[in-house]
Amino acid sequence: MKERFLSGYDNFVLPFLFGMIFILVYCIIGMTRIIIQLPPRDRKKFAISLFKPKNALKNIIDIFADCLLHLKIWKRKPLLGYMHSSIAFGWFMLIIIGHIETWFYAPHRTGLLYYPVFFRYFMEVESYSLRGSFFFFLMDFFLLIVLSGISLAIFKRFRSNVLGMRRTTKLTLFDHIALYSLWAIFPLRLISEGFTAGISGGSFLTIPINWIFANFMSKPENFEYSWWGYSLALGVFLTFLPFTRYMHIPAEILLIPLKNAGIKVRRSRKGMALAQLYSCSSCGLCIDACPMGIQKKNLQYTTVYLTRFLKRRNKKKSREISNKCLMCGKCAEICPVGVAACDLRLAYRSEAKYNISQNYTYLDNNPFSLQEKENKVSDGKVIYYAGCMSSLTPIISKSVIKLLDKAGVEYSQLDKEGGICCGRPLMLTGKLNEAKEIIEKNTKVISESGASILLVSCPICYRIFKENYYLKGIKVLHYTEYFEKLAKEEKITFKMGDGKYVYHDPCDLGRGCKIYEAPRSALSRICTLVPAEKEKKESICCGGSLGSLTLSYDDRSHITQHSINNLMINSPEKIITACPLCLKTFARYSSIDVKDFAEVLSDNIS
Amino acid sequence: MKNNVVIIGGGPSGIEAARQIRKIGYTPILIEKKPNLGGHLAKWDRLFPEGVYAKDILDSITSDMDDINWFTNTEIISINHIKEIYNIKLSNGISIRTKAVLLTTGFELFKAEKKEEYGYGIYDHVITNEDLEKFFKEHKDKRIEDPKVIGFVHCVGSRDEKAGNRQCSKVCCATAVKQACEIKQLFPDAIVYCFYMDLRMFGRKYEDMYLDAQQKYGIRFIRGRVSEVSENIDKRLIIKAEDTLYGKPLRVTMDLLVLMSGIVADQKNIELAKMLKIPVGEDGFFVPQNSILEPCKSQKNGLFFAGACTGPKTIPESISEARAATLSIDEYLKNFKE
Amino acid sequence: MTDFGFSIDSSKAITIEDQDNHLLEMLHEIEPDIYICMACGSCTASCPAGVFVEMNLRKVLLSLQRGMEKETLKQLKSCMLCGKCNIVCPRGINTRNLILSICKTYNVQ
Repeated sequence: MKERFLSGYDNFVLPFLFGMIFILVYCIIGMTRIIIQLPPRDRKKFAISLFKPKNALKNIIDIFADCLLHLKIWKRKPLLGYMHSSIAFGWFMLIIIGHIETWFYAPHRTGLLYYPVFFRYFMEVESYSLRGSFFFFLMDFFLLIVLSGISLAIFKRFRSNVLGMRRTTKLTLFDHIALYSLWAIFPLRLISEGFTAGISGGSFLTIPINWIFANFMSKPENFEYSWWGYSLALGVFLTFLPFTRYMHIPAEILLIPLKNAGIKVRRSRKGMALAQLYSCSSCGLCIDACPMGIQKKNLQYTTVYLTRFLKRRNKKKSREISNKCLMCGKCAEICPVGVAACDLRLAYRSEAKYNISQNYTYLDNNPFSLQEKENKVSDGKVIYYAGCMSSLTPIISKSVIKLLDKAGVEYSQLDKEGGICCGRPLMLTGKLNEAKEIIEKNTKVISESGASILLVSCPICYRIFKENYYLKGIKVLHYTEYFEKLAKEEKITFKMGDGKYVYHDPCDLGRGCKIYEAPRSALSRICTLVPAEKEKKESICCGGSLGSLTLSYDDRSHITQHSINNLMINSPEKIITACPLCLKTFARYSSIDVKDFAEVLSDNIS
Repeated sequence: MKNNVVIIGGGPSGIEAARQIRKIGYTPILIEKKPNLGGHLAKWDRLFPEGVYAKDILDSITSDMDDINWFTNTEIISINHIKEIYNIKLSNGISIRTKAVLLTTGFELFKAEKKEEYGYGIYDHVITNEDLEKFFKEHKDKRIEDPKVIGFVHCVGSRDEKAGNRQCSKVCCATAVKQACEIKQLFPDAIVYCFYMDLRMFGRKYEDMYLDAQQKYGIRFIRGRVSEVSENIDKRLIIKAEDTLYGKPLRVTMDLLVLMSGIVADQKNIELAKMLKIPVGEDGFFVPQNSILEPCKSQKNGLFFAGACTGPKTIPESISEARAATLSIDEYLKNFKE
Repeated sequence: MTDFGFSIDSSKAITIEDQDNHLLEMLHEIEPDIYICMACGSCTASCPAGVFVEMNLRKVLLSLQRGMEKETLKQLKSCMLCGKCNIVCPRGINTRNLILSICKTYNVQ
């Protein structure tokens, strides 16, 4: 192979060059901005993790698996996964092999950004060597892969169901421009390389194209147009990229090391949040996942639109979307990029300004602190924190007490007469400092109790005790874990019944704290459990969540009904939940009995 | 078939309608899904405002039913309306063809266990208004053991979006005051509280009942809705409400709590409505042709209503409606063209 | 006007027509349900803060409607935003968000 032109340059490379330089500069500035916006402590943490060999290796593997191969999407919807990975990985290989080709055959041009991209224009082949044919084959092969992905992408715009997505996101004007230019790039590349295949060589894809257009090939002036088109498509795509959803391509490369370093979202539009906002590829998987989506009018509150409006600094819409969310965590769980949707919303809520703020100094020196002195628990025992909701669902605490008595556990009830709220509903409103104050007050009461186990029946309480409280020397257990433990240790024995029940995973217990098996093991001792259609980390929120500030009572009833339908798929006789709020919410609409976990266990003590 | 009038529902309005329809010369066929006639009336002890025995009223309206056909323990399997004739299939195998159908299917009482914060079925000493009437008749209920402090909770399942019922059940305030006085007669040393949101003493002599309750029986009325009930170590109940007139939260420890379960639409009515293709309101009750001028007529020819199936009613109102419906049915059948 | 030797203290009664409603109207824009409260008291009865300090949501809402909020608004500082009032309200009012909206709209000295 040898070069066709001495200069190794033609004007048509300009659009591409402009786009490439623009996007490189934009990315460098963006990346610097994000890192500067991190709080100093996080910056240090990030820098340290970059140089730790284990983390560095994990970063490289994750970037490969998520950005190029899109393994997370494969796991959920294989065809969709193929579509994304064929374009991403195929294009990546085209670029790499292009650079290798340039290094082999025109090593003096390796510094030029545009040369590997337009290699087939600038080089001509005299004879086919084995190595050369191998490169031609690889390039055509990966071009074919990318083209297959592009055709699926075009198809998806018309028939998204086939690829496993019920709904897709609405595109903005810039998204359309970038999308169409992206679609145009590879067909134009195919045509251009097909045109020059007679001169520059090709393989199984480009040479047949050459034969077909034999009429046009012999006229050299026809070459220019398609190469101009190819360069323009690239230039337009790269220039518009930062203003569209495709910014996720470079952004994810920064997000993965940040995530692996354990950096968390603090502000809603700076630092880690900004990295996440740009990494959102608008894939729309969150739209199908969101429980509010059961009503079409509420689709506008899904995470993909939150990231869009946060990026555009649309305060009104961002606030509306942030406040509506049930904080069930499903979108964050299934997001292939790992956008921490709930953290973003919480950060936004915490930035709201209030004229009146709360303070809890009245909780100091209060007469309440483990009421009756005779109930004061001695070392190594259990205190039971029923939580605010339990007084509205008295069967739960009654059943827990019955089970504790049967097991002969020495316990004391922390909040029988009244108590301090755990603080999670307060935290979910965004009032983080006030929540911290309540946490301090509660920590003091619990630490002074002298107990070694804090038993809770409400997953909402459980989650904040696990995530935000620091209770030295005290083990926090949810009653599902605790009673399963007692059953295993044979402190209580249960008798098997002939009931066919279904268990609902509460959002805060399941996705929030990853407890899926303990309740199932315990329930399997007393009944046959049938599965719901979607369960464990895919379980559907009951709709009663206190995470939403503004969702109307009527809208919630639709979500509840949908969640119940999901549970009824295998015709259970009863629904079992492990959360007082789920219990109250389901009982209102369910046609079959809804029972609490402790209730069914206590009914089946042998 | 010519003179048939099918009456679905054997409560006070159904029985009275059957009597009146027979009197003017038609053939009523009365169908009741429960094992006995009388509807809810058969369960009550005494009626407000004057304390008349429900049994006397029931005996009176059932006194001359010898030549009336009635079926108990029978349900409607299917009913349809073709060419102005109603074809009804019963669960005992009998099929009836008739030109006129009167729905007197009545109501259901709200299931108090749905308001779990009140602890019905969970605590030992929580009962409903229905349970209390039974106690007045039979004098035994293991939940009632010489109570010294008794409470009545108004509006259980009524005026409550969270219970799925926005409507007021109309009669429970008068019932609560009546029962409060009656239980005070049985346990004269007890202190009796009534927790209400509003006191709907709308009928004649009801206000006098209220006055007697305060004056003669010393019933204590507290304006505040009970939000939660808990149990102490002695199984006594601790009620939390706000004394809204005073402006402070309030707690009382009680030996007995009576929940005034409200009147809600019977679920079977909704199924009947589907079969007959007639509308039900958002509250689940049937919708008459015109709530002021034609409360006893439905939107369908030959289909009539009487009693509580179109909304909460007192017994005298149900009986009046039965008679009004009879008049409408007579007019309809006289003008019936083949 | 003859001076009969006594003067009337107008603040001892609520003079509704003198009430300044503009903040209440602003609040009503974002929370229309503030008008449907029937003052049953369930919210106050179930409030966990109410056992420690005076926290009477029904009274706060009523005083907003009477223009007398200066006396009661500071109670909202004690609210733990736990959401129990939300669950018990028979009218289906979103009391928790109502409290947050009041904290945004009104001010306390």
